[in-house]
Amino acid sequence: MSDPGHPVDLSALAADDPNPHAGDPTVNTTATVTTRTPEAIQAGRIDPVERPRAVLGCTDVSVYYGDFRAVNEVTMDIGVHEITALIGPSGCGKSTVLRSLNRMNDLIPGTRVTGTISYHGQDIYAKDVDPIEVRRRIGMVFQKPNPFPKSIYDNVAYGPKVTGMKTSNMDDVVEESLRGAALWDEVKDKLKQSAYGLSGGQQQRLCIARTIAVKPEVILMDEPCSALDPIATARIEDLMMELKKDYTIVIVTHNMQQAARVADRTAFFTAEAAEGNGDRTGHLVEFDLTSKIFSNPGDNRTEDYISGRFG
Amino acid sequence: MSQLSAGAGTSTPSRGLRPSPDRPSLTSSSPRRLEKAAYGFLVLAAGVSVLTTVGIVVSLALPAFQFFREVGVGEYLTGTSWTPRFTEKSYGVLPLITGTLWTTAIALAVCIPLGLGAAIYLSEYASTKVRKTFKPVLELLAGVPSVVYGLFAVTFVGPVVLKQWFGIEVQTFSVLAAGLVLGVMIIPTVASLAEDAMSAVPRSLREASYGLGANRMRTVLRVVFPAAVSGIAASIVLALSRAVGETMIVTMASGSQAKIVTDPLEGGQTMTGFIASAALGDSVQGSLQYNTLFAVGITLFVLTLIINLISIRLVNRFREIY
Repeated sequence: MSDPGHPVDLSALAADDPNPHAGDPTVNTTATVTTRTPEAIQAGRIDPVERPRAVLGCTDVSVYYGDFRAVNEVTMDIGVHEITALIGPSGCGKSTVLRSLNRMNDLIPGTRVTGTISYHGQDIYAKDVDPIEVRRRIGMVFQKPNPFPKSIYDNVAYGPKVTGMKTSNMDDVVEESLRGAALWDEVKDKLKQSAYGLSGGQQQRLCIARTIAVKPEVILMDEPCSALDPIATARIEDLMMELKKDYTIVIVTHNMQQAARVADRTAFFTAEAAEGNGDRTGHLVEFDLTSKIFSNPGDNRTEDYISGRFG
Repeated sequence: MSQLSAGAGTSTPSRGLRPSPDRPSLTSSSPRRLEKAAYGFLVLAAGVSVLTTVGIVVSLALPAFQFFREVGVGEYLTGTSWTPRFTEKSYGVLPLITGTLWTTAIALAVCIPLGLGAAIYLSEYASTKVRKTFKPVLELLAGVPSVVYGLFAVTFVGPVVLKQWFGIEVQTFSVLAAGLVLGVMIIPTVASLAEDAMSAVPRSLREASYGLGANRMRTVLRVVFPAAVSGIAASIVLALSRAVGETMIVTMASGSQAKIVTDPLEGGQTMTGFIASAALGDSVQGSLQYNTLFAVGITLFVLTLIINLISIRLVNRFREIY
């Protein structure tokens, strides 16, 4: 697990990391991103061998709920400033994998993760890693919009407040975050009103604003559009394309068109009954550039799924 | 627009489908007697509790009214001497009220921090296993008869815990011992109700908070607590009502000397303590002594009512509806 010679210190990481976010155009990863539009990928202008730097890496990751193995031996890397989509039928463990990426599964008693999940090379499940620090850097947006029963302003200000972020002016942080989530113009005159007065799509964008207010490096999205209508969904997708300039995004989605539209890389998961007890365990079938997955998948099961033959 | 609605409104056969020739019956196929009977029973059940409340108020109010015709509300509420059973009679209720306020305040000082602490531990920190053993034990504790607690207060908490262990010079009967034990008795009520309220806060809100990098304490204090505040406040209001209304412990442990209590180490009689010790069936119905009991009873009733109304106001102001 963690190498004793390299003490894991997540708090020191931000200072050492040469490029936690974009904003520094001289760093070459950022330059790569600007060319990695989906059009470019789909048109094959990008060399499929070219790989951006990995922010998160999973090696032989299995997740157990008690004795039940939900996911078996997933190995994949999440590239910086990319959108990585996890797709697959219900119960294939894609949400479980997503939630293990920022130790959200810790909150469910009896969950156990084996294998290694590393964040910039550090094992996030190492003993001396603080899950709270992990979650501050790897934020999450949930399936159902879950704003706090507080005002719009307080929802966005919550994260910076509770994580003790040093902010000179909270109003600026709130405005910047709401602008970042493309919500500012709709709510700027009612910041003190309850977040519950917003529509579902607005609530979800508020949840994104709340997440980016703490300036994470990675945003995990667990089916963020499944409770939204197509127009609200389109707005979130546009927002994701905007956000990936500054953030790395991992999204779980049931909607294959969504994966095809937004994701740079796509991982296809499926569940198969284990020998003996018949428990269905999810595993990663195929992980590749989205264009490859949707045009020329390497596995029959992927092809069956994306062509609508099952799932 | 008008064209559209006209189109949608027409149902001429030429525009769409043929009318269906079938006519399935849509009238009720059975008289549903059982459902009507069940409905009647439910109305009765709800009615009984309302009628009982009205009955209590009326039966309290009539003798109390008689009392106030003889004594006068001003003298009753401002008098500082309570000696209705002495030859030299005096009807100032303040001594009883101070007794009740002391025992209630001490009880709340014990049961609110400990009860809420237990609730937060059980709902947010304890493992499922601990919670599953702890909560039934807690609820069992709530079922211990108050006379047992009273005995505990007189024979153990006063002379042993306070005097010997802590060297506090309490009198044989003291509002301190009574209040402490009263508080301990109410802890399970507060803990159990507050825990229910906090557990009912959706997990999604906690996850949102943890997902932003908040720690447990911040999540509890800033998300769970505000969202559960109406249930938590309800548990405290119930605790308050129980502390004000509890009779056995205070009758046994705080003594029967009605005087203005200024020092918690002394004894003092509470309103409930007075009613319990005076209502022994030897007062003649309709006599002033008899009516006195009802006057104190209705004072207690009004006091509790006021507390409840204030609490509801407070809760509505602070709660966050999820």
